Amino acid sequence: MSETLIFYALSGLAIGASALVIGQRNPMYSVLMLIASFGALAGLYIQLDAPFVAVAQIIIYAGAIMVLFLFVVMLLNAPKEDGADWDQSHPLRLPAVTRLGSMLAVLLVVQLTWALTEASNIGGAVSGGHDGGTVSSVRQLGRTLFTDYVFAFEATSILILVAMVGAVMLARREGERS
Amino acid sequence: MHASSRVAREAPGLRGALTMDLRTLVQLGIIGLTFFMLINASAVLVLAERKIMGFMQQRFGPYLVGPHGMLQPLADIIKLLMKEELRPKGADKWLFTLAPILSVTAAFAAFATVPWGAETTLFGLLDEPVRLGVADVNVGVLVIFAITSMGVYGIVLAGWSSNSKYSLFGGLRASAQMISYELSYATALAAVILLSGSLSLREVVDSQAGTWFGVIPSWYVFLQPVGFIIYMIAGVAETNRAPFDFPEAEQELVAGYNTEYSSVRFALFPQAEYINMTTMSAVATDLYLGGWHGPFLPAEYGWIWFLLKVGAILFTYIWVRWTLPRYRYDQLMQFGWKWLFPAAVINLVVTAALVLYFNV
Repeated sequence: MSETLIFYALSGLAIGASALVIGQRNPMYSVLMLIASFGALAGLYIQLDAPFVAVAQIIIYAGAIMVLFLFVVMLLNAPKEDGADWDQSHPLRLPAVTRLGSMLAVLLVVQLTWALTEASNIGGAVSGGHDGGTVSSVRQLGRTLFTDYVFAFEATSILILVAMVGAVMLARREGERS
Repeated sequence: MHASSRVAREAPGLRGALTMDLRTLVQLGIIGLTFFMLINASAVLVLAERKIMGFMQQRFGPYLVGPHGMLQPLADIIKLLMKEELRPKGADKWLFTLAPILSVTAAFAAFATVPWGAETTLFGLLDEPVRLGVADVNVGVLVIFAITSMGVYGIVLAGWSSNSKYSLFGGLRASAQMISYELSYATALAAVILLSGSLSLREVVDSQAGTWFGVIPSWYVFLQPVGFIIYMIAGVAETNRAPFDFPEAEQELVAGYNTEYSSVRFALFPQAEYINMTTMSAVATDLYLGGWHGPFLPAEYGWIWFLLKVGAILFTYIWVRWTLPRYRYDQLMQFGWKWLFPAAVINLVVTAALVLYFNV
């Protein structure tokens, strides 16, 4: 009973905060709303009996990545996104781009609806098939990550390394090349 | 009595609160006591800092209010409460108020998973033991990381929302510094977690019980001397204290991120800083100094050892502050990334290899 209430409160918070990320024009508030949304998601993970995932969510997303976002917004010092500059000549306002965007949006809604109906069909199988202990125990999680999923893990880390090197290359100015 | 206490154990929350028994009441009392001690820790630390500073600079320190100036924190608090609350015209109304609240909330919440004594039955008063501390989470160490990383936002938002260049610089410095040193801090702690094999602070402390060769207490500080030093240095940087107090470097930034604050909103920042110091010291005590384990005292009085150790670490913090001058900002970053973090990583790798080799 109280679990359901907490679930709806947290999901409401997550959805509301995510809507406000794009719903208002102050980028600073957008960043904070995104943090609130991550926090609500972490609460949902705790309800799913996965405290490690919840804490990792807060440390990595809310704690580390969002601080960098905040840093960038503060350095740009943009108090408001300029609405007036988005006139019709902007490349994102071209008819072809708009059409593609709306098509993608419709596709997303269809996919979500399909995924949700599928999930409600197999809901029992998912909750029955998994052992709750594998998610909540850090030892089990680590063992699974570094044995069964070690390829995915290594591939992801190489991907992140490549992205990092790319970012450094892009940020480096031409004059500094030796 | 016995049956009802089992119900409270199995169903904490609403049902546990309804079938409240003596044990639950005592546990709630202990939680309240923890909160009370944290609030007062900041007052005691302000006085201790000024007294120790005075001693180190060959003067008396606060001496006029109460016997030997003991009531000085009380006078400070009353003064701050009476002051006018100012808000700069260009400041962001909501974030300016939110920032100090966020700081102090994160500071209090971080202590939630720190145990400060062995489980006790209060000299046989209770059937089942209560824990001295607020919560016992099986990922306690990570919860502390998560909440302290939320504390950064208080300072950063204070700096940004004040709409003042000095505050903004203070906020920027704080976020850069705290991100840089959080890495070394977490890596140093990971080595201890490897040794103990648990993320719960209570289990880490209990794995440090006993002695080696009957003389040396088996604390992790003797296995992890490098890690302990890294933790202490990163802890000073994390709490923004001298010699790493760049976010509020008064010779450069007036007062840094809290320049525009006054009255209660200002008071919350030093309060958060002193509570963070206490949490840092308490975590260091639990992870490196064996928590409440120590010679001479029975387990029931272990919390006395805990308080003594925390006090010793806090004294070291204050001692360092009034001994070392502030570094330059580029020195801080160089030291953090080029020395402290590599040292922490090497420490972790060596520890992992040794744990694997000896199969501890």
